[in-house]
Parts: sequence; structure tokens; C-alpha cells
Amino acid sequence: MQKSDFYRGTIHSLASSTIMNLTLKIWRQRNRDDAGKFATYQISNVSPDMSFLEMLDVLNVDLIKKGDEPVAFDHDCREGICGSCGLMVDGRAHGPGRGVATCQVHMRSFRDGDVVVIEPWRAGPFPVIKDLIVDRTSFDRIMQAGGYVSVKTGGAPDGNAIPISKHVSDEAFDAAACIGCGACVAACPNSSAMLFVAAKISHLALLPQGGPERKARALRMVEQMDKEGFGNCSNNYACEAECPKEISVAHIARLNREFLKAKLT
Amino acid sequence: MKLDAKIPDGPIQQKWSNHRFHLKLVNPANKRRYTILVVGTGLAGASASATLGELGYNVLAFSYHESPRRAHSIAAQGGINAPKNYSNDGDSVWRLFHDTVKGGDYRAREGNVYRLAEVSGSIIDQCVAQGVPFARDYAGYLDNRSFGGAQVARTFYARGQTGQQLLLGAYSALVRQMDAGTVKFFDRREMLDLVIIDGQARGIVARNMINGIMESYVADAVVLATGGYSNAFFLSTNAKASNATAIWRAHKKGALFGNPCFTQIHPTCIPESGHYQSKLTLMSESLRNDGRIWVSKKKGDKRPPGEIPESDRDYYLERLYPAFGNLVPRDVASRRAKEMCDQGYGVGSTGQAVHLDFSDSIKRLGRSVIQERYGNLFDMYKQITAEDPYQTPMRIYPAVHYTMGGLWVDYDLMSTIPGLYVIGEANFSDHGANRLGASALMQGLADGYFILPYTIGDYLASTKFRPVKNDHREFKKAETETERMVKKLVSINGKKTVDEFHRELGKIMWDHVGMARSRAGLKKALKLIPELKSRFWKEVKVTGTDLDLNVELEKAGRVADYFELGELMALDALHREESCGGHFREEHQTAEGEAKRNDARFSYVAAWEYRGPKKSAVLRREPLKFEYAKPSQRSYK
Repeated sequence: MQKSDFYRGTIHSLASSTIMNLTLKIWRQRNRDDAGKFATYQISNVSPDMSFLEMLDVLNVDLIKKGDEPVAFDHDCREGICGSCGLMVDGRAHGPGRGVATCQVHMRSFRDGDVVVIEPWRAGPFPVIKDLIVDRTSFDRIMQAGGYVSVKTGGAPDGNAIPISKHVSDEAFDAAACIGCGACVAACPNSSAMLFVAAKISHLALLPQGGPERKARALRMVEQMDKEGFGNCSNNYACEAECPKEISVAHIARLNREFLKAKLT
Repeated sequence: MKLDAKIPDGPIQQKWSNHRFHLKLVNPANKRRYTILVVGTGLAGASASATLGELGYNVLAFSYHESPRRAHSIAAQGGINAPKNYSNDGDSVWRLFHDTVKGGDYRAREGNVYRLAEVSGSIIDQCVAQGVPFARDYAGYLDNRSFGGAQVARTFYARGQTGQQLLLGAYSALVRQMDAGTVKFFDRREMLDLVIIDGQARGIVARNMINGIMESYVADAVVLATGGYSNAFFLSTNAKASNATAIWRAHKKGALFGNPCFTQIHPTCIPESGHYQSKLTLMSESLRNDGRIWVSKKKGDKRPPGEIPESDRDYYLERLYPAFGNLVPRDVASRRAKEMCDQGYGVGSTGQAVHLDFSDSIKRLGRSVIQERYGNLFDMYKQITAEDPYQTPMRIYPAVHYTMGGLWVDYDLMSTIPGLYVIGEANFSDHGANRLGASALMQGLADGYFILPYTIGDYLASTKFRPVKNDHREFKKAETETERMVKKLVSINGKKTVDEFHRELGKIMWDHVGMARSRAGLKKALKLIPELKSRFWKEVKVTGTDLDLNVELEKAGRVADYFELGELMALDALHREESCGGHFREEHQTAEGEAKRNDARFSYVAAWEYRGPKKSAVLRREPLKFEYAKPSQRSYK
């Protein structure tokens, strides 16, 4: 939320009361093994003030009343911070606008009569569990491979014992703001998780607390990332463009330096 | 049943250190032989799992999320308190203790609150060491701010994302233990029952949310860290999945429920925009430092705010509370807003909102100062409402946001069921009838990092455990019962969705068990909730099957529990014939309309015992003694 100009969505009508009718093409997949396919739904009376997920809630009520199964999608806080939601909307991770998660997209970004295509994240290491829900536990396994400082509970010195310059601390924060949603992977033509991994490596490499384990962390996390099947970075920058927290690709550059330094020294 | 809080003897400053010395220890080599289940991996659960794992216990941690990092602790904005006195403004453990007991309107235990204040400093040290990027000043030291009306600057913060950074810190400690193999994490599992054998909590039955299979897990102790129950109101600032099922099912197995009616309502939330509203969004109450709250003096005034002249505006908080004005406490500001709307003065298309106007501050301080102070909140508001608060007043309305009540626990954080511990928002312990800002994160982490890991060892070291496997008949019985319940829910095949019932329950709760409660209203709620509940069990429609990922089924089970908990909340509110903290009874107010406590009759914790579906819950009382913080009446005139 630190960026004061993150509200840059495509806005067609501000607080308009125009009611919209939309056609939704939504990916339906029963389970991991099912091939899956698109289903088309008409939805009417969409208010521009609805959030995108509320629009799906309304669709789901219709589906349930008809005896169909509702569209399954992950979501929780609906404030853009938990990282649960993540939909490809018209081919864009988290839909229209910059610096927002899917739950922060409002229907005023669409026009009456639009056809909206909704898909899950598409990436090998994120298998679909059902409909729009994918399995992102690969991210947890990468974090498990050293994405922490090995401090024991109770063994910490006074919080003010290590002064850290505000500039460095702020930069570490910019990286630590990652919500682990996976949009970077979904947006990347190579399904690379470099921005996600870089955010953690960079956060901890910048801070003195992360210093002692710096090399091992870079090596292990990258190794795990490769093992999970994420692709390589080819400087496409789609990750930065679609990241709801607008995390900079400069952190990927730092990850590369950290990794090289660890390999060579 | 006699409730023994087991507060240690001795002066309050020495209670915790003396107690720690007297707690029995588990031999380091034996720790791995003990299995502890931790249900919920938010701040409290993740910090507890990590610390217990590090001590050497065999920990199994469960979450209904895919990852511990999704827990709703992540959404806390403001900060975390600790009396480090880095600001040199006279703060101390003693002062934080006093503020917390007074803020809770003298309905919390002194012993627990003192311990909370005492360990809070270590939390900051721990989090800094993990790499939590707290705000710093230009010298590189930790920055503090004054928060929630506190007169000292003791709040540590990480931009407006303190909860996120603290949770990611606890999560990193947790994954470190997963890496070390001491903690095994079970994702997408929802605890549906507690299993008690020989009077001891010995495990849980959890539904695997991907394939619907009921799984049984055996342990020597069970820890519930499953958060609060604000979603009983349907619309709240809690995350959509936040629920009371784990604590409610434990309550039905014998754990007493403490002060269920103590709920907190936050005054500065973004109001509902339509019937489809799925949840509410909170904005930091710091907005009231520079915003002026007003409504039109004319009922149902539909003019845009800019066209309403000064003479037609009622700055009602400034009128009613000349000394505190717009900065009255959360409960007062919330209640007055509802009152104005109920009388027909509400603004916006729904009439369920009041203005929060920054135009005077912008004129006085300039736009850039306001932008610097509240820029991110203004952006968030604009993003959701498409209105620009620099140009037009915000519309705000109160929303339920935290529950002080929860399962009753003693000083060791153990419930009335031996071996069942409850930590974080899920227990009732430290906030009394009202929680102060920046205290929720503090309590969750205090319980998880620094209290439970000591106290649970005493229980394990001093208790004999019969060897039990998950094919024990009590596990089989619990599996059968939970299976029967989920099968019943998918088989009703009625006409209304789970959310429709949940909204209806939420409306009853908001109207009658919300900000201002009356005897008549509560009695009405006690009639309406059971009626709605019985309709639910006849008319709900859950499509799909139980042996599949089925989001509607998950919601249905939670809503079924909210009916029962909602009824208990109303019952508790009806019995408490006084106003205190977040609990305001219309019959008990001063001539000026302020909350009037009744210490002679109600200075106790109300702990409710479940006695079966057909019988009313029984009240047990734990008297509260105030030896150090003497009760006084609040006044903001």
C-alpha cells in the first residue's frame, strides 16, 4: 500500500450506477486429473461497485440455485494482503489495473456487454486442484529451503542492538511486501518464480540479521526452485508488471548476484 | 464445576517468574516422544508450533489454508505494543498493564494482563532478529508511534502492514522447523471435532478439504489457535474463511466459553455498497486525528455533501463530547454513528454511513501533509468506492472486527478440558470487554512464543498418558458423527444457499446483538436465531458431494455452528445487566448516554457450559479481583 499512485485501473465510469450484463468464460476442472474446459455463463445486473470476487459470488448463487456446483476459487481477506486469490482475467494475472490483487479489482473496470475470460494460474509447478484453485505448496517448499533466519525463540538481543539505516530497511521492506500469490509465475512466459524467490533473498540479504546464512540461503532456495520445475528468467519483466505489490525486478538482479557470489566464493 | 484460574500467589510483578520456576520440565531427550497438535497457523499458532518444534516436541500443525502465510493475522494494519520506553516518554510494563486493564473496562484478569505486558518486549526483539522490517528512524533505530488513544508512543509498526510482516516472521520460524523435521504441516485440513479419552484431549478429527476424507490424529495435547468469531455477523472485517468451528466443537465437548458477548466494533470502516457485499474493509482509526465526522441536520438529506452548507451540518461528536470530539474511543464513536443513521440522518445511497471530512485539515495543513499521513488509506478508499477523499468527504460506518470472548482458559492457557490449550484470539483471556489498538498481535505472539511453550511442558511432565491409536473407538465415533453431519448437509437439497442463511443470521446479530443491545432485542434474537437454525437444517442447498473439494459444504458447517454460538452470544449479552467496553446495554447508561458498569454484580468472567442441544447453557462465574488497577468510570466529556 506504500505506493500512493497504485490506483491506476482502467476506469470507464466513476461510481456510475449503470448496471452491466456480461458473458463469462470460466475454466471448469473437476480435479487434478480432469482435462478441464471452458464453460460460458451469462450474468446480468452486475453493479460497477461490486468487487470482481463479489461478481463471482453472485454467479455462484445462480449456479447453486440451478443445482450446479459453484465455481471454486481461492480467496480470503479480500483486501489484497493474504495472497489467496489469483485469477487470470482476460489473460492478465489479477486482471486489469496495476498493483492490485484480484480481490481489489472492481467491476467498474468493465463495460456492459464485455466477454470476460477467467482462468486459473497456468504453470507446471501450480497444478490445478479444482476449477480456479491451484496448488501453490511449491512456494512453501522453496521457503522451507532456507527462507528464514535461524534464530531461536528467546535468543534475541534487544531490538535496538543493531541499528539499520532507514534506507536499507525500507528497501528490505519493499521486497518483504511479497504476498506469495504467484502472479509473477502466472504472468511469466517461462513460469519462472524468480521474482518470488528474489523477494525473500533480497529482503534477508539486505539486513544484517540475514548475513550469516546468506550464501547457503541463495544456493538452497534456487536449487529448490529448480527442483519444483519453475523456469528461468529471460528478462521479460511481466512479473513486475503484474505483481500486486509492485515488487521491482531489481531484486532479481540482486538474487543473481547473491547466487553467483555464493557459487564462486 | 468450580473454575480455578490458577493465578499464582505473590506480588503481581513476580507471579510469572515464580510460576515459571515451579513449572515441571520435560527431559530434553523425552520431548520428541510427546506429540502436540496445533490447529491454526496464524500468529499464535505459527509462533507456538515453531517454538514447540524447536524445543524438540513432535508437532503436527493444521490449517484450512494452503499455507500458514494466508492466515488472517496478515491483515492487521496498525502495530504491536511493547513498553520498551524507546521514546523516553515514561512508559513501563506497569503503565501498559494499567492501560490494558482500564481499556478492557475492568473485565480482564490482572495476573494475565501483567504477564502480557511483561513479555511483550521480548516479542519485538524476537521479531527484529527474524528480519521483520519494522519502521526505523534516520539514526537506524526502531521508530514508535502513539496509537489508539495511548498517551505514550509504544507502538512498533511496519508501514500499514504490521500483521503481514509479523506473520511472515512467525511463518519463517515455522518453515525452519518444517525444514528441520520437528513440525509436520497439514494444509487444507479443517478440524471438525476434538477427541477426548479418559478425560484428556487426545486428538482431533479433521476433514481433508481436497478429497473430503475424515482423518484422525492422535496426540498428548491439543492447542487451538483458530482466531475469533466476528463472522457470526456475516459482514465483518474478518477474512471470509475465519470461523468458530474448532472452538465451538471443543465447547460442545466440554470446554467452557468465556464472555461470548464481548465483541469489538470498529468505527472507521468502508460502508456497505449493496446487497452483494461480501465483507467490510477497515481503515486505520488514525483517520479520526484529522477528519471531522458529520451528518446533515435534515433527515434523509440527499444533497451531495459539497452542497450542504456549514449551518446545516451536525458535527455530532464535537457537539456531544467537547473535550474529546472526534477522538472518543472506538465503542462510543461506533454507537453514536449507528444512532444517527437509525434516526434517519445517515448519508450515501444506503443511508447507513456518516461523513468523515478532511477539508478543514487540508485547508489548515495543506494537501501534502494529509497525503503523507493518510495517502495509502485515501488510495484504498478511492480504489473501493471510486470517490476521492481529497475532494469529497469519506463515508464511514462501524463494523465488527474482533472478539474478546473465546474459550475460557486458566493462567496456563489450558481450557476446562485437560490437555486442551487455547491461544490468541481464540481464547478469552487478556482484553476484558474491550481490546486496545495494537494489542491483538501482542497477545497472539506472547501466547505462542513465550507462554504456552512453558506451561504445556508442565502438563506433559505431570500427566500419565495411556497409549492410544487413531483406531480407538472415540476416534471412530467422532469420525462417524462428523461424517453424518456433512452427509446430512449435502443431502438436504433445499432452496436457499448457505450465504443467504448466513446473511440473515448476520442481520439478526447486527440488529440485536451488535453495538447497542436491549433486553427486548436480545429476547427477540433468542427467538429468531433458533427459528432460522431449524429452517437452515430443512431448507439449505449445498450442491456437490462430501467426498470432494466442496466450498459450499465447508461454509455450511461453519454457519451451522454460528447459529449456536450466536444464540450463546445473545444469552450472555442478556444476562450481563450492565454496560462495559464493547458491550452496551441500553438499559444501563448514564444520563449522558454513556456506558454504566455494575461492578458489584458483574465483576466476573462469564463462562458458559454446554449441556446438549435441547438444554440451555449453564453459567459459571470466575470472580475478578482488582488489587493493583482500581476500577474507575470512563469519561470523555
